[in-house]
This record gives sequence, structure tokens and C-alpha cells, in this order.
Amino acid sequence: MTIRSSRIAVAGGRRTIRVFEAGEGAPLVFLHGAGGLSEEDPFLAALARRWHFFAPLLPGYGDSEDAGDLRDMLAIALHGFDVIEALGLDRPILVGHQMGGMIAAEMAAIVPREVERLGLIAPAGLWLDAYPVPDLFAQLPHELPALLFHDPALGERILAASGDLDDPKRLEAFLIRNARQLAMASKLLFPIPERGLAERLYRIRARTIIIWGEEDRLIPSAHGEAFRRAIAGAELVRLPAAGHMVAVEQPEAVAAALARLE
Amino acid sequence: MRFIWFNLMPWPYLPEDFREKYRSVWVDIPSTLYDPVRGHEVYNAYLDQLEFAEAVGFDGLGVNEHHANAYGLMPSPSLMAAALARRTSRAALVVLGSSIALYEPPIRVAEEFAMLDVMSGGRLVAGFPVGTSMDTNYAYGRVPALLRERYAEAHELIRRAWAAEEPFVFNGRFTQLRYANCWPKPVQKPHPPIFIPGGGSVETYDFCIENGYNYSYLSFYGYLRAQRLMANYWQRVAELGADDSPYRATFAQCICVADSDAEAERLYAPHVGYFFNRCLHVYPGFADAPGYRTIKTIQAGFLNQLSRANLGQAASLSWQELIELGYLVAGSPDTVRQRMEELIKTLRVGNIICLLHLGDMPTEKTCYSSELFAKKVMPHLRGIWKDYDGDERFWIHPLVRRAEPGRTIPEVRP
Repeated sequence: MTIRSSRIAVAGGRRTIRVFEAGEGAPLVFLHGAGGLSEEDPFLAALARRWHFFAPLLPGYGDSEDAGDLRDMLAIALHGFDVIEALGLDRPILVGHQMGGMIAAEMAAIVPREVERLGLIAPAGLWLDAYPVPDLFAQLPHELPALLFHDPALGERILAASGDLDDPKRLEAFLIRNARQLAMASKLLFPIPERGLAERLYRIRARTIIIWGEEDRLIPSAHGEAFRRAIAGAELVRLPAAGHMVAVEQPEAVAAALARLE
Repeated sequence: MRFIWFNLMPWPYLPEDFREKYRSVWVDIPSTLYDPVRGHEVYNAYLDQLEFAEAVGFDGLGVNEHHANAYGLMPSPSLMAAALARRTSRAALVVLGSSIALYEPPIRVAEEFAMLDVMSGGRLVAGFPVGTSMDTNYAYGRVPALLRERYAEAHELIRRAWAAEEPFVFNGRFTQLRYANCWPKPVQKPHPPIFIPGGGSVETYDFCIENGYNYSYLSFYGYLRAQRLMANYWQRVAELGADDSPYRATFAQCICVADSDAEAERLYAPHVGYFFNRCLHVYPGFADAPGYRTIKTIQAGFLNQLSRANLGQAASLSWQELIELGYLVAGSPDTVRQRMEELIKTLRVGNIICLLHLGDMPTEKTCYSSELFAKKVMPHLRGIWKDYDGDERFWIHPLVRRAEPGRTIPEVRP
């Protein structure tokens, strides 16, 4: 499978973003989480085996240009529709992980008639006092594998792709990438990853599948239950032996669960 | 030269094993380590020291703003300045808060600073820090990526509120006021001198130079490590075609003075150790939330040198090493004079913020060190920038006739 990668203009040329794309079949748009998305992500390969997927990088990620005018959830959710428009798609399956799931759920709540099938993979967006989400913005790099992955060794291999951070050039590149990405993410996730979504979930009309790794240490799976209760007719699929990065750890199982949207 | 006496107001009772038992002096430090009864004594002792500093001849008294921080017990610097306004009569009140992006609506800062300026008869130096990431993002929950935009908007509102003669409509992105109307107005016209504490953000240079503000580099790393940053600042001053008056710049330095070099080490080493070991023990996860620094600043490349992790290094240094590396200027009046002269000339600064209280230093030692500095060091440094003596742009302009606290109270008969 070859991933096609292109830059497209959205919102009448106001923003330029990177989009990955592959596969055949029904169109599916995948919105990534705060950590961004690489072309090598095994989940993209799993998506391409079933759908024609489009994975746009949010402004601030990769070579998607920074967008100072995207300051809050409403602007970012509308940007999501701008992207679908620019791709020429009509009501694609909408899937998002973590921050991307939060955006996807928001889009489905804001314009319920435009989102008919919704896949939420460990979405952020709720705050439950009994199940707090750790502060993603106060983690040291070496703490991330254990927080995000069921298998920290796998997490270390994946996150080590940034290379040796003792090398000043690589450190600077890492700091800049991290600053751009998480600066954007901070608009939705800082200091608490909640922007009132709970009050709007009742508007969602989409057929909804919620997928959670049972060993998720970033967003406890109790959040999955809360999403399921709040969205009419939603199904919750819990995957054992998977952490927050469930789509990386078990790409086939996540794609199979999403296939229930068909 | 002008000298500002400054006390961070640290909590002086952190346990000896603080570094081992707690991950940070800031943000998530448990407040069980604080004791308000002892705190009462501590605040009053620190205010005594500031009043003493005026009495021995310092030009300004400095206070600043931190939140959830055991080395800086001033969440509201304006409260401390208000206490000082009534108990001092001459010195500038250098308020290196308020962090204007933290207040909603920010016209509150315009009002409080105007109150301080009026109460003190025009002795306010108004500091507008962006604030550290620990204070603004972690302790006060401001979204890192929007902090500087908020700051710019708050700055615009405050400046307009001070200048406007009529109520005006302010339509900001973060603050909307139908009736922006600042009562009272500051004594100093068009506004009190404004100091901007900077810590390596390159955008701050231009902001200061273009607005005629003083650039204050508040570092605990000492003057040797500040040379590159200040050289870049002066280069930017030249590029923008501004004059090179040293009064455009302020630098903070940890200083200890005693009769001899040996006495300085004997008297102050434990307190300096407390400062670098316990006060500056900050969890690296709380340094610079992503988005707090601009990309331009990261690319300018001194963040590595400035990173909070670097402070960990200071914790392991000996007294001699702290002095050699410039973290600390300490010793006899002669030694201190010589190093201060070198500092002032190499950084080209007209104001020194003198950190003469460090860590858990008791008042007696603090006053001893401060008085030696005022009497035996300051007079020799006063004339370094005598060619710029007439430059009053960056300093206070108090009323000539100022009220005397208590004078209007009628005598109480027994």
C-alpha cells in the first residue's frame, strides 16, 4: 500500500494543510490525536485495507501551516468541515483519536445532519472527577511510553523515532515540533481537556462506535462508558491488552470495530 | 546607577530533605509545608527589610508576582507595594508583577497601579511581565498558545485606560468593555515608567525598544551567563536605531557582602545553599509548557542554556564555584565592588536589582549585608554612567510635595 501525501488549500485558501490518503471504498476521514500522525502509522495501513481514508494534519502539525485564527473548539470544529469540503467529500465516515475524537464528536454535535457515521477512539472531551486525566502537558518525554501504551517497550520504540535528544540539532527540532503541535493541542486540552462537549452530545444523530483500550492510563475507560451513555444508540467496544494508543497497538482490531459502522 | 533592593520572599522553613521528598518548589508543592502563624512573622520581617533598604539609601524597592510557589510568597505584589507606600517616603516602588495576562478584566491592573502611583505620590515603577510558564500556564491555567495574544491585548487596554480622557469602548478578543473608564489615574504622565521582565524571548526586546520600556533581565544565573542575551538585546537596540542609554536595561544579581571574603562565606553560605538547593528545585515537567515560547525564541537557541534544569546544576556547586561562574557576587566590599563594576559595564545596565536576601537568610544578616553594600559598594558604582545622568526617561517622577502618612490625624487626648 502506498500512501499519497499532498498539501491542500482549505477555507478558501486561508489555510494550507497536509493530508495523507490511501485505499479504496467508502470515504473515511481520520483526525489524529495531540501527538500527531506519521505516514508509517500501522493504523493507516489497516484503514486503507477497508476504506478510502483521508488523514488531514491539524494546523501546527507537520507542514500544515500554523493557524493563529483557530483559537477555540468552535473554530477548530468548523475547520474540520472546511477540510471535508476541500476534499470534495460528502458525509464521510468520521473517525478521531483522543483530541481528534473530541473534535469529531464536536463536529457531529454541531452539525448532526452532516455526520452519519462516527468512530471515537479513546476520545478526550469529558471531565469526570472520579476518573481524572493526567496532565499531558507536564510529562517528561521518558514518562510517555508507560502513560500511553499498554506495552511500554513498544511505546519506547515508536517514540524513539525522534532520535537522540542529546544532539542539540535534534533537540531543537524536537522542541520546535513539540511546541507547534502541543501549542495547537493546548487550545483544546489545556489545562483540562474539556470544552463543554458533554452539554452538546445529545445532539449527535450519527451511528456511533466508541473504542477504548482497557489499559488506557491517560483517559480512563470510564470515559468510554460516559460517552456511550450520552450518545443515543452508541456502542462501546473495549479492547483488552491495549493502552491509550490502542489504534497503534491493535490496528486490525480497531479497524474491525469501526467496520460495524457499515 | 540605580539600585533596587529586592526580596523574592521565600518560605524559609522548607525541610532539609526537600529535594529528595518533593518534586517541585512550585506548582504542586503541598501547602502543608506552609504555616500561617510563622508566615505572619515572615511577611513582617520581609517588609521590615524592604523599609530598611530605603533607610540605607537604595533607590528602589522591588516586589514581584508568583503563584503556588514556595520561593516567592507574593501572589499579589500590589498588596506588598501598598504596604510599602505608607511606610516609605522616597524610594521607587518597583512592582515587577502584575502579570497582566492573568487578570480579567485587565483594567483591574490599570486601576491598582494607578492607586499605588497616587498613594505613593508618583513613586510607582509599573512592571508588566508575561509571567513564567509555571505561574501563567500551570498555576493559573492560561492556554499557552494564547498567552501572548492575551498579554498584548491587556497591555493595549491598560495603556489606553491610563491615557483616555473619556470612557471608551474596548472590543478585544478576550475582554469587551462598553465603558472602559479607569478611576483613579496615575500621577506620573503620560504613565509610570514601565519595566518589562524578560527571560530570553526575542520578541520582548522589540516590544521594549519600540515602546520606550525598560528591559529587565531577571535571572538567577548571574552576569557571566547573561552576557550573550544582553549583547543580543543591545544589538537589537542598535538595529532599531534607538540610543544606547544603559538605563534601558536592568539586571538582577545575587549579592552577599561582609567584612572579608572569608566572613561572607561563613555568614551566608548556608542561606545561599538553601536558595539554590531548595528554592530553585523546580520539576522539569513544569518548565515551559509547549506553546509558551514562540518558535522564533526556540530557534534563537538560548533556551537550552536557560532551561530550568540548569538550575539543578547550581545546586551542586560549591561557594567558590558559584562565585567563579557568576551566580553569586560575594565577599568584602572591595571584592563586590570590583565584580559589580565588571557586571555593570559588560552588560551595560543602568539598574541593578540587588538580591541581597537569599533563601532562609535571617533579617540581621540581610540588613548587615545590605548596609555594607549601600555604604561601601554603591557610592563607588554610582558614577559609572555619569554621561547618562540626565536620562530620566526610565525612572520615577514623584510629586515634589507628598503627603506624610498620619499627619492629618488629630491628636488623641488621653
